[in-house]
Amino acid sequence: MKGVVYTETLIHSAPEAFVGEAPYQLIIVSLEDGTRVTARVEGDLRVAIDDRVVLAEHRNGVPFFRKD
Amino acid sequence: MRPVAIIGAGKTPFGAFPDRDIRSLAVESSRKALQNAGLTPDAVEAFYLGNFAGPSFVGQSHLAPFIAGPMGITGVPCTRVEAACASSGSAFFHAFSAVAAGLYDVVLVTGVEKMTSQQTPRVAEILAMAGECCTEGKAGATFPALFAMIARRHMHQYGTTREHLAAVAVKNHANGALNPDAHMRKNVTMQQVMAGKPIADPLTVYDCSLVSDGAASVVIAPLERAREWTDKPVRVLGIAQTSDYVALDRKPDITVLQAVKTAAKKAYAMAGVGPEDIQLAEVHDCFTIAEVLAVEDLGFVAKGEGGPYSADGHTSLTGSRPVNTSGGLKSKGHPVGATGVAQLCDIVQQIRGEAGERQVARHELGLAQNLGGSGASAVVTILGAA
Repeated sequence: MKGVVYTETLIHSAPEAFVGEAPYQLIIVSLEDGTRVTARVEGDLRVAIDDRVVLAEHRNGVPFFRKD
Repeated sequence: MRPVAIIGAGKTPFGAFPDRDIRSLAVESSRKALQNAGLTPDAVEAFYLGNFAGPSFVGQSHLAPFIAGPMGITGVPCTRVEAACASSGSAFFHAFSAVAAGLYDVVLVTGVEKMTSQQTPRVAEILAMAGECCTEGKAGATFPALFAMIARRHMHQYGTTREHLAAVAVKNHANGALNPDAHMRKNVTMQQVMAGKPIADPLTVYDCSLVSDGAASVVIAPLERAREWTDKPVRVLGIAQTSDYVALDRKPDITVLQAVKTAAKKAYAMAGVGPEDIQLAEVHDCFTIAEVLAVEDLGFVAKGEGGPYSADGHTSLTGSRPVNTSGGLKSKGHPVGATGVAQLCDIVQQIRGEAGERQVARHELGLAQNLGGSGASAVVTILGAA
């Protein structure tokens, strides 16, 4: 699954269950089929709007993308 | 449909009050609003309560009769309305509808939230429940993060700058510093806002509204009877509540609060006015970017121009159309369930000419815009001197 970063943010202040993971990047990806999906970014590499990304894996039902 | 007026208004101060429970806050604002209308609780024919997350914040459900009973309001419909941060705006909309339809004459509407008894990560978790739990929530989204993503996109599409957003915080803090009931009565500088603790890039702690305790109430009645109780009735000229997707990734353009646009269009049509007629507004600045979106989607300026408009002083106390003269959610505070009715109290105060140091020159026609979540609920209300 491939797409383009529609928007992103780096979260510093996390909800209780995610405090150990902060900071982490949350993104919305525009997929090739025209739909969008809320996702996370794999690893420490940051992405920006309009970057091309590809699905790396699903973790607990959450899609994780990396730079394509 | 009968014309409806606000005949009484009252608020608690907003802040962190470790010694106050949710009921004492709601009872205080309710009593103040009833006293403001010269009424006693036995006159109340129905009670609507706006509250977002009492069960999560303080462990109490069944909140409407829980609050009404000890005030002596029993034997009448007592209803809690939940629409995230638009809970009490929505409660007011439903109360208005019932009075306009002729179901009741005297109705009390209160909004309340008690938030500061929980630690920040738990507060973030409770607030995140107003987002899409199965996608946004599972991915670790927070509300600052959702609005940060909107800000990033707005900057990308329209060239909105970090300075434009900071200007909203500077202006609202300047207003709040003059408001005796505000949570954070202090001025901040552009530099402080931009160098503030990062919360969700590009937003810092100074771009975010406050976690507060507080309550606000109004009493409404048919306009034709309003002068039985007050010399200064304030007429509800237009009102609309609308909705949109909860999930941000379902919206075609996240820089548009479509629910606000639709609600504003309906409220303007009902009032027979346009955005150019509105003299002052209280808008839902849960984050600085949200005020930028609001001034655009309410039609004060074209889409994309909200940043420069906010930074150029048009919305300050002495500007052409003052916005958030109370200090807004940013400085006055944001006890989420109280905010919608608190905005109405603030407009009522301005229309009545009772805003003290913050009183604006033109104050006959005001607008309140209350937002739920990242835009899935919106209530727009237009008030005018009766």
